[in-house]
Formats: sequence, structure tokens, C-alpha cells
Amino acid sequence: MAAQTRKAAIVGGNRIPFARSNGAYARASNQDMLTATLDGLVARFGLQGEQVGEVVAGAVLKHARDFNLTREAVLGSRLSAATPAYDVQQACGTGLEAAVLVANKIALGQIESGIAGGTDTTSDAPVAVNEDLRRVLMEVNRAKTVQQRLKALAGLRPGQLAPEIPRNAEPRTGLAMGDHAAITAAEWEIGRQEQDELTVRSHQALAAAYDRGFFDDLVTPFLGLSRDANLRPDTSGEKLAKLKPVFGQGEGATMTAGNSTPLTDGASAVLLASDEWAAEHDLPVLAHLVDAQTAAVDYVHGGEGLLMAPAYAVPVLLARNGLSLQDFDFYEVHEAFASTVLATLKAWESPAFCKEKLGLDAPLGSIDRSKLNVNGSSLAAGHPFAATGGRIVATLAKLLHEAGPGKRGLISICAAGGQGVVAILES
Amino acid sequence: MSDWYRDFANSGVGTTITKQLGLPRPAVLRRHEPGQPLLPGPAVVGSAGEGRLRDELTRLLKDDGVTVVSPVTVDGGTDGDRLAAVLLDATGLTGPADLAAAHDFLAPAVKRLAPSGRVLVLADPPADAASPAQAAARQALDGLVRSLAKELRGGSTANLVQVPLGAEASLAGPVRFFLSGRAAYVDGQVLTVTAADVPAGQDRDRPLTGKVAVVTGAARGIGAAIARVLSRDGAHVVAVDVPAAGEQLAQVANEIGGTAVALDITGTDAGTRLAQQLIARHGGVDVVVHNAGITRDKLLVNMDAARWNSVLAVNLQAQLDITQALLDTEGALKPGARVISVSSQSGIAGNRGQTNYAASKAGIIGMVRAWAPAFAERGATINAVAPGFIVTEMTAKMPLGTREVGSRLNSLQQGGLPVDVAETIAFLAQPDSAGVNGQVVRVCGQSVLGA
Repeated sequence: MAAQTRKAAIVGGNRIPFARSNGAYARASNQDMLTATLDGLVARFGLQGEQVGEVVAGAVLKHARDFNLTREAVLGSRLSAATPAYDVQQACGTGLEAAVLVANKIALGQIESGIAGGTDTTSDAPVAVNEDLRRVLMEVNRAKTVQQRLKALAGLRPGQLAPEIPRNAEPRTGLAMGDHAAITAAEWEIGRQEQDELTVRSHQALAAAYDRGFFDDLVTPFLGLSRDANLRPDTSGEKLAKLKPVFGQGEGATMTAGNSTPLTDGASAVLLASDEWAAEHDLPVLAHLVDAQTAAVDYVHGGEGLLMAPAYAVPVLLARNGLSLQDFDFYEVHEAFASTVLATLKAWESPAFCKEKLGLDAPLGSIDRSKLNVNGSSLAAGHPFAATGGRIVATLAKLLHEAGPGKRGLISICAAGGQGVVAILES
Repeated sequence: MSDWYRDFANSGVGTTITKQLGLPRPAVLRRHEPGQPLLPGPAVVGSAGEGRLRDELTRLLKDDGVTVVSPVTVDGGTDGDRLAAVLLDATGLTGPADLAAAHDFLAPAVKRLAPSGRVLVLADPPADAASPAQAAARQALDGLVRSLAKELRGGSTANLVQVPLGAEASLAGPVRFFLSGRAAYVDGQVLTVTAADVPAGQDRDRPLTGKVAVVTGAARGIGAAIARVLSRDGAHVVAVDVPAAGEQLAQVANEIGGTAVALDITGTDAGTRLAQQLIARHGGVDVVVHNAGITRDKLLVNMDAARWNSVLAVNLQAQLDITQALLDTEGALKPGARVISVSSQSGIAGNRGQTNYAASKAGIIGMVRAWAPAFAERGATINAVAPGFIVTEMTAKMPLGTREVGSRLNSLQQGGLPVDVAETIAFLAQPDSAGVNGQVVRVCGQSVLGA
């Protein structure tokens, strides 16, 4: 192992445009999307037949048959078949966690290059058999005689034919993620208007970035889609104000289909490498992954919001790197819901939260909002769970590169299960 | 996209029927395949007057393993071998009387020409002639070759190469091209070479080894064929197309081990962006193929500004701007660079409903001619290729009648393939083509339009 560590370089990225659930990618599988995304990356950087150190990716909604999803995607891609791969899954943090894992192996000198990615489809989601039916079938499988088999089959009931469809809900609370976010929004008194304003800004910023060609070398069209299907460049505060709340209850409900991310299909990938590998391949270094941190909160019994873990992870990361929250040129805070972003920022501004929950003497303070999600984020682009991290890492790396050397960016991604993944990139 | 009529005319019963009815009988053309010999049979070299190229041509053919037979054997007609190529050195012409020798040599030789045979005439440019009589004789060859090209059948072609005194070293590349399967759909053309430093030792099968080539509009059709042929010839291809075509572009790039670049070539900074990427990623570029083009057809009186402007912007202004940016950016164009623009038959002959398109494609011809001297000064070249009726996805959508008639209006009685355009571009991109500059090579099977 290398005596000294080094910072992994982000060379570039690729994603397919994100499609709304049951839209353009209704018949595409996770493997189809991840393979196409890898192939787009290969074409962009001339990596045909290249043996990359490791490909790490994952999906949140995953078929049992996809146990080796990433390796299968590699075998179907134009990368060398001798490229190893493994799957990871950390809910919506999957993509960023994959990038951190690849970066860490590069930092340790265990690999020279790697690809981190993620893919998710809610249109081609796995459907499992009813738990009762599954038990009966397993019993039949274990049976050794015809008699035993018949006895096991006698346990079959019509009601067992109803399939188990995956839900976007927390197993321990039974609440949808949006319902959890609504609790947090109410707790932090996040208003409807500020959520809608953040949403409008996300759509406008993403559309403007497309218009100026920012995504020309970050996105490869797929199945006829060349921009994110969820993008509404002409949306406005007035239009969003007309939408009825879908999460939360009664008069105080503020979260609508507009200021929440829709179910989305898509995939993304990021190419990371050592500086030496990038130079040998005449490839650019957009930024380096400086450091990362995860955190988790007890949203079941501990009274913390399901999506508040990044609020805890960031101060740890800042302290370790001797930085303040204001020492950044760009902030990429994943827009699971507009209210989540606003609650997180409000928490960092709150002396009480920072003292009681984070154990800090002073609050982290506020950030310059003009540096937040400057090219739009998940509210506009959509959020195929595992693909969001790759989208954000590549977007931020390019932003930092455009801004020039020595610029710094913070990524904050909340995830199901009360988790959060955050990271610092630097050009 | 197969040529059903050609296939039918070459079938057993089809041969009988088309012969009886006097219908066109398009041949299956000899096209280039790597490793293929230059010619599938022997060649004969003759001369009209005391030419200076005959020995050189014979040596060149023998170097390529071609059996060269003497004109006497040809005349005797006892030898059963049919000729794969007939070469006439007409650099010795002094006046029209010498043309009789050309006729004397060509008539018996052409009679024995094999299918997909080649007639190639080499002469001095009329403009350099010492007397009006000599100029007349040289110009006369133009009419001779173009008419002969129309008489030839069975996929054979006739072309003329003009070689000024002192430009002999530039000859080998063009001669090889016209004789080879690469020039299958190039017929009835006149190409003028100029004196240039031709590098030695070009790899016959992979002449573009180590070269970097950028091709615009590479996601489909002719552009994808150009990318494939340049890659086959050894180049690393940087395939460029609009962002919306990215999926197909990535497939083309991955198929040929190239690099995909999504870029709107009409963007204000497109040239600079491309130049910088070419320098950073590839250390500059050797071959630039301006292929991207669009059509927005309408009769002139019905054409709105948007149709006019978009066609001129993509087809012409972008070529000028990107070429200028590459010239202006230090290190972008490597020494001996080759720029090849895709013009069109419409730009030469005009086409109803295509005032905008034809204007842009004619403009390209003006551009390459004007730029040629400056390119020559830096040891580079700039040329245009003007495709005729090329069978693509676009022509497949034409009504059957229009398509059938359109594809037969040429001496080879069939549409060309994207690969034919690509082969000509690959020829212009070769190191051996250093002496071909400011030329417009039509890939049209000697179309009757604008001939």
C-alpha cells in the first residue's frame, strides 16, 4: 500500500437524460440504462477496450437477478471485459458513496482509475410475490415426497396472488418519504412560497445550463430523450401555487408535486483517476475529491427528521478540513424536496440546533444562496435515486473547473433510512 | 437500401430481360477492401507523343505488383487476359494531330477492358501550353475522357489527371486512387495536381496511421461512413455531432474506437472549443472533414429567413469559422494538415427547391479554392468533395419513381454509397495527396447533372 495518500481526480462524467416514471424509459431496465451510460462515457473519453481499475455502481430498486448489476453492465459495455466491478447501495446516497469508494481506492494507490455510477428505474421496478405465497413455494421446494408436496401446495390461497410492489416508504414507520419530509417542513416552519421559489429557480437554472451547452459533455441522449423530461423551463410561482399539497395534512400542508421530486428513471457515471493516469491518457482533471463524510439520524425514536442527516455530516466534514460553511464557491444540496433543502439550511443557521444537536458553540451560519445549485438540481432534473450522486459530482466538478483553480464545492445528499452523504470537491 | 434493380439486372433471368429490352444494366462496382491488390488484373500503359510519365507510371504499377503488358499485345488481341486498367500518357501532345495516337492506343485497349476497369489519362494543364494548338490538344482530352466515360459499361470509369511540369512527384497518390476500388463511383472527372513535398513511405493499407481526424456530422449517414473509413485507414477519429444526436454518435465512436464530441458547430465559440479540445486531448489534428450539413428545401419565393439562415449557418459559415479558428489557434492544425469539405452536386448543377442549400454548397467550392494557396504555404491542403446521388436513409424516404430515376442519371447507372464519398475523402486525407489542393472531386458516377 502507498505510504502517502493522494487526492482522486474527477475527469468527467456522463448521464442519460432523466425520464419521468413510465415515460421514455418505461421499457428500459437498470442494466440497459447503466450500460448506455457507461458506453457514453467510453465514447466521450475514448476508453474502448480500456481496463479501468474498478467500476462501482448500484441501484436502489433492484431485481434479485441483478445481483451483479454493475459487472453485467461492464460486460455489456465497450470497456475491457477484464474490468472488475461491484455493486453498492445506500439509498439516495448510492451514487455519491460509489464515487467516494472509488476515490478512496485511488487515494490509497490500489487503483489508478475507476468509474462510479448509479441507475434506477421506477418503471421497471422489481415486483415480488406475496410473502405468504413465497413461504408456500419454499415449502414445496423443500418437500421430498409427492405427499409432502401436495400438503404444502394445499396451503395456497387466492389472496396470495396479489404481488408485493415496492413502495417509496420507510419500512420502520410505514410513512412515505414525502410524509416524513412534511413533518420536518412543519417543524422548521418552511413556507409554501419559499419552496415554490426554490423550485422555479431550479427549473430555470437547469434550462439555462442546457441552453448554454453546459451539459453537452455531461449528457448523452437515450431512447429519443435529449433533455431531462421533468424540466419545465416555463414554470412559474403562479403555476406552482395552483398545485394542491400531496404530503402533510390540513391547512399547514405545503409540499406539492411541483416542489417535490417526481419518481424518475435514469443513470449516471463519473470517471475518476489519479492525476498521473489522467495525464497519461491526455484527459483533463476537472476537480479533486477532497474528503467525504456520512451520518445517520434516529428518525424512528430519536425525534429527528428522516432527511436531516446531512445537517450532521457537514459540520464533521468542515471541522476535519478546517473549513467554515462559508468557505465554498458552490453548494450542491440535493433537492429531494424543496423543503428538505430549506430545512437543512435553516438548521445550520439555528443557534439552538447547532448547539443542542451538533454540539457547536456557534451556528454554522447562512450561505450565499446565489452559489446554491447554480445549474439546477433534482427538482428540475428529476431524481433516479442512485443516479443523483453521479449527476451532482460531474456537474459540480465541471462548474469548479470552469471557475478556475482553487475553487471549492460542497455536496450534500440525504438518503432514506435517515442517512446522509456529503463531500468536498476542489478544482 | 439495397439496389434491387441492380441486383435484378445482374441475376440470370434479369440479364436476359434487361438485354432484350435495352434497359440500363448497372454493374456491381469493385470497391476497396483492405489488403486488396491495386488492380485485379494487368494494366497497359501507352502514350500519345513523346510523354515524360510513361516510365514513371510503369514503375509505379510494378511497385504495386501490377502486371504491365505492352500495347502491342493489346492490339494483337491473342492474349486471353482482359485489362484491369488502361493508362495513357498524353504529356507529349504538341497539337491536335497527336490526338490520333491517343485514339490508336485507346481503341483496342478499351475494347479489352475488364468489368470495373479503369481508363486514366495523364496530361499537362491546357493553361500551361506553349501554343494555342497545344492548348487545344490538351483541352481536347477533356472531351475525349468525359465521352469515353459515358461509353464505358460494366462499372468501368475514365478520368483525367492534369500534371504540370515539375509536379510529377505528386502523381503517385492520385494515380493509385483512380485505379483502386476507392474510386469506384468517381467517373469522368478531371483532377489537377500541383508540385508539393510528398512524404515517402506511406503505409498502403493504413495510410492514416497515427493521424487524428475530426469529422463533423458523424452520427449517421455519410458522416458515419467517413468516420469508419478514416478509422479503417488508421486514424483516431474525433466524431462530432449536435448534442441531440449523442446516442448515435457514441455508438459510431465506440464502434471505431474514436472519441465522441457533442457540439453545435454554429455556436459562437464552437471553433475555439473544438481547437482547445483537439490540442488538449490529441495534441492537434491532422485531418478535418467538414461534413455536417442540413437541408431546408422550399422554392425561393416561399422560403422564409429561418430556412435560408439555418442552412447557410450550418453548411457554410460554420465551416469558415471552424477552419479559421483552427488556423488561428497555435498548435491546433498539425503540419501537413488536410481539410476536406463536403460540397454537393447541387452546388455545381443547382437544384429546384434548394437555393439555400445549393448556395451553401457552391460557397464551399469558392472557399476551398480561395484558401488553397495559404494552405499550400503551410504544407497543408484544402479540398472539396461533391457527392452526387448517394443512397442514404434520406434518399430511402424519396418516392420510388424519383429515387429510381435520380439514381440512374449517371454513367454508372446507379446511386453511390456513403462509403464512396468516404473513400474519396480518405484519399484526400492521405500524406500521398500532398499535391492535391484546391480541388473539387465529384463522387457522382459522372452524373448528367451539372456535368
